[in-house]
Amino acid sequence: MPGKRRNKGEADGGGKTTDMREAASRREASERIRDIASGIHADIVKRNARPSMKFPIRSLSNVRYDLKRGHFEILNRMSTRTLSYNTVKTFAQSMRLLAATKVDLLDKNDIAGKREIYYNSKSWGECRFDEQPESDSLLDDMEAMLGINREQLGYIPEERGGEVAGPLVVIDRNPASGETVRIDCERLGTGAWSIPSKVEHLRFESSAEFILVIETASLFQRLVHHQYYRKARCVLIAMSGVPTRACRRFIRRLADDKKLPVLAFTDGDPYGYCNIYRTLKVGSGQAAHINRFFCVPQAQYLGVTPQDIIDYKLEDATHPLEDVDVKRARDALKNDPFIRHHKEWQQALNHMLEMKVRVEQQAFAKHGLNFVLDHYLPDKLKRRTFLP
Amino acid sequence: MSPKKAAFATAESMGRSQRDISVSEFFLKNRHLLGFDNPKKALLTAVKEAVDNSLDACDEAGILPEIAVEVVQVADKRFRVSVLDNGPGIVRSQIPKIFAKLLYGSKFHRLRMSRGQQGIGISAAGMYGQLTTGNSTVIRSRTKPGNVAHHIEVQIDARQNKPVILKDAEIDWAPRFTPADVDGVPSEPIDSKHGTCVAIEMEAAYVKGRQSVDEYLAQCAIVNPHLHLHYRICLLADPAANGGGTAESAKEAAPQPAGAGWVTFRRAVQERPRQPLEIKPHPHGVELGMLIQMLKDTGAKHLKSALEQDFSRVSARAAQEICERAGLDPHARPAAIAHRESEALFNAMNNTRLMRPPTDCLSPIGEAQIIAGLKKEVQGDFFTAVTRAPEVYRGNPFQIEVGVALAGPGGGEDASGDEPVRLLRFANKVPLLYMGGACAMTKAVAGVNWKAYGLAQPRGSLPIGRAVFLVHMASVWVPFTSESKEAIAHYPEIVREITFALQECGRRLSVHMSRRRRQIELEKKHSFISLYLPHLALGLKTILGLSDKDEAAVLGRLRKMLERTHLEAG
Repeated sequence: MPGKRRNKGEADGGGKTTDMREAASRREASERIRDIASGIHADIVKRNARPSMKFPIRSLSNVRYDLKRGHFEILNRMSTRTLSYNTVKTFAQSMRLLAATKVDLLDKNDIAGKREIYYNSKSWGECRFDEQPESDSLLDDMEAMLGINREQLGYIPEERGGEVAGPLVVIDRNPASGETVRIDCERLGTGAWSIPSKVEHLRFESSAEFILVIETASLFQRLVHHQYYRKARCVLIAMSGVPTRACRRFIRRLADDKKLPVLAFTDGDPYGYCNIYRTLKVGSGQAAHINRFFCVPQAQYLGVTPQDIIDYKLEDATHPLEDVDVKRARDALKNDPFIRHHKEWQQALNHMLEMKVRVEQQAFAKHGLNFVLDHYLPDKLKRRTFLP
Repeated sequence: MSPKKAAFATAESMGRSQRDISVSEFFLKNRHLLGFDNPKKALLTAVKEAVDNSLDACDEAGILPEIAVEVVQVADKRFRVSVLDNGPGIVRSQIPKIFAKLLYGSKFHRLRMSRGQQGIGISAAGMYGQLTTGNSTVIRSRTKPGNVAHHIEVQIDARQNKPVILKDAEIDWAPRFTPADVDGVPSEPIDSKHGTCVAIEMEAAYVKGRQSVDEYLAQCAIVNPHLHLHYRICLLADPAANGGGTAESAKEAAPQPAGAGWVTFRRAVQERPRQPLEIKPHPHGVELGMLIQMLKDTGAKHLKSALEQDFSRVSARAAQEICERAGLDPHARPAAIAHRESEALFNAMNNTRLMRPPTDCLSPIGEAQIIAGLKKEVQGDFFTAVTRAPEVYRGNPFQIEVGVALAGPGGGEDASGDEPVRLLRFANKVPLLYMGGACAMTKAVAGVNWKAYGLAQPRGSLPIGRAVFLVHMASVWVPFTSESKEAIAHYPEIVREITFALQECGRRLSVHMSRRRRQIELEKKHSFISLYLPHLALGLKTILGLSDKDEAAVLGRLRKMLERTHLEAG
């Protein structure tokens, strides 16, 4: 992917080049759709064969942990959807979705939400989607088939992208006038800046020394309230659960651009380790075809680790592991290529399974409300005992 | 306590009041035994007896039957039933006895399949009419083109079981049949040179439904596809007498044009049914009393020759074996066989292995004829029939036939339906409308596991479905549960044969239904596919900027493609 070229473009710095680059990427996507349609048309008219569509299989079973690149790379196992009685409806819907994407979004330089395209389909007669998950799933298929992420196709995610505060100036532009806008994330008062759904055009100025990514918004607010970012010289980012694509992409671009280390601070449970942190660092199985953009390989895990429970005497502030937690941990130990690659993570998960407890970020409040920023974080940063 | 007691009877006083009871008197009191229990059933029974006689006569004479049934309401509760046929006619001397003497006829004494068996039916109908209206039975008959026709009116002397002739005249008459109008145009009347017409007036009631005259005649038409049947019912205009019969009743009031109101059940096959042959009794089917009577009546000189001559399937060797087994002299005089000896003979006969009785005494309807009959009277898209090989119960040959008509999936109704199938029961080609629940045929149908053939079936009941099942038993002696001939007795041999025939039909039915299901499935798939293919083509058109012609070409190719691959899954 033209990641390098993009960086070069950013170095040039002009809003105009960004527009041109985006137009080129749209043209490219539009051509890809045309190619696929031509292939199907040729199947039908020239080869007189039932047409088919090919997609990479999107699941953990079809990814490899690429150490060099630092993320989950999709393998080449494909699934084929050949036109038949069973597939005719999905096939027709895919075709209309491709057509709508090309004509209404790419060629017109428009954007649409996933829910909007779901409602848009209501005018397609029998081809309409009955429920949004149907159109979402076909969008994912299309993305995988084209090898182009949906943001580049003009689809904007509905979920919130994450919140940012700290010594960082984001250089954005006014979408209407193209005029440059500077956002100082240290001067937002009691609030924070929200990561937009498209982050490719952003440029950064920062004096921070690292990025601290936090799972819960409430802890993020405590840190912002006490201006922890000043003391620690870091950019604070709240993910509110599993980070969105935009959030991951933003962290990646900021970290790459400013050469900043990234530390993750989540709840100490299998979900925090295997879903939130794993997805942040190496991407997901479901979106394996686009992980190369949406991952932060330089991320490291700060806490809360199972060892922290003992080190910070949190035993009486824990909760017993539930069945789903145990299942998730065991599943990760068995099937997750990332966990299977890192002995430290296997030890941590096994340790947790032995202790049979999980711990939340807020548990440090046991020792006082500000224990987490007065003692825990400085202590961890000093000791630098991070998990990979 | 009354001081004066009625005197007890003495043997002498009782002897003075003891006298013969004539069969006529007996049945007059017990008319329910013959099917005259209520006015509605009486009407049906009268029609049934007359039609059965006409059909028997035509079949025996080798005439393709043409029958006209007319039921006219003459007063509130009074109907006149006339049945006209093109049969061989009846000689003048026999007419009074046939129509006005109970237990008189040609069918009782012989072992041969026929509709009537006892010689009671039509005389009983006449007697019932006479009892309820006082009117005579009116018969007109002509035997040959050259001969004159006779008009005879008779009543029955119930005490003596003897006919009383009230009118006997020679007239110029020949049967004339009026077929139903075709598309509003009156048809040409059909004339016959011979035939009989019987008219009886009686107290009766006409009710439509599953046990009506209409139903009886419709079923007759199914099971006698060689019959050309005309039927007309004329009800009084009086709305009190009948609910809403306005059009028909209005016609009745005024003199009617020819052909008005007639319904014709058309003849579907031109072949006459095979003429059944008369057989002698089979030794395994005779009862002891009958055996004694036969020994007394025989013309043979020796026991052995009597066995050979008077029974079927008794060879010289078999006769010898029976005599030895019974310890009797083969040369004994048959009439001299004593009671004790006849019992030994009876046991010996039953213990000797013999060939089964001959079966040419039976005249089944035939598979093709059953299908033809069902097709013309029942709406359906699948018809099948099975005629089993003859079997034997109690030494009587019998043969079972089963037909099935399945209604098509169309008509806006649910394809499976939720009513039980309609079961039509027949014995010697006569529809059985009453007492279905007590009949071996119903039991056999309910006893088959229809779920195995794809029909829903409540436990121990008839299966569910929009289908008509026809079961026919042909036999020289049909074992009815009562004299009114409404239900077949539960002989295991009979139930088993019916079951086998039903199962064969069930297998064919299930093959047809799964084929139909596949067809429906295929059509559903086709319409599903044609719903979405245009969208696929439209998508391609939008992306590639195809012309309308190209789009149509793509669509055409896709349609062919999916048809060619038979819509396989994948």
